[in-house]
Amino acid sequence: MERNGNLIVKIRGEIDHHSADRIRHSVESQFKSSGARNIVFDFARVSFMDSSGIGMVIGRYKELNKIGGRVFAINIGSELSRIFEISGLKKIIPCFASLDEIENS
Amino acid sequence: MFKNEMELKFAALSENQAFARVVAAAFATRLNPTVAEITEIKTAVSEAVTNAIIHGYDGLDGAAVIMRGYIKGREILIEIEDAGRGIEDIEQAREPLFTTKPDEERSGMGFTVMEEFMDSLEVESEPGRGTIVKMRKIIGG
Repeated sequence: MERNGNLIVKIRGEIDHHSADRIRHSVESQFKSSGARNIVFDFARVSFMDSSGIGMVIGRYKELNKIGGRVFAINIGSELSRIFEISGLKKIIPCFASLDEIENS
Repeated sequence: MFKNEMELKFAALSENQAFARVVAAAFATRLNPTVAEITEIKTAVSEAVTNAIIHGYDGLDGAAVIMRGYIKGREILIEIEDAGRGIEDIEQAREPLFTTKPDEERSGMGFTVMEEFMDSLEVESEPGRGTIVKMRKIIGG
């Protein structure tokens, strides 16, 4: 879903090495066809994430950085909050409570 | 003192990562862990199994990963063993952000996550022979 230049990526289920590649390919192709400038990852339905998810998000951050786009994260629950902090992901990916919060910021 | 142990051997396929971490979490439930502790164990196991599959074996056919679990009192010890290529420099491998696969979007945070989520982490490895990762955690500690 594209809204105001943001591609909203709603991930469901678990993000590990097994699923991260599939998610990456899906996000890349959606981003190319969407014409969006930024990516917003919505983690509301993510029940598990390990460092493969960190790699996948940082990968998109690097790609978009080259073309002046940005990556945001929304709906990071308490389950994922710690891995976002430990990995330093929170320092480079702005995290918001909702899409509205990004658009109003 | 209450003691328990288990051993699980599975094919080194990425689709088995979820299976391995769920087994580890189920084994830990007898210690009555919190939801946060379960998440920590699952994440640490997922990191160790990922390392075994993608670094230890690197797609080698017919390879297997062994997971052992031990419970003693309130402590759980989980070992993840592979018979893969081993680690040349363990200290370097454990550094945050270090990865031998920068082109594959690996974050290099696997060992850091294991260290943060468990109480202790030991890595034994021999090039050409394989690697054993030993992680301990006191539940309710």
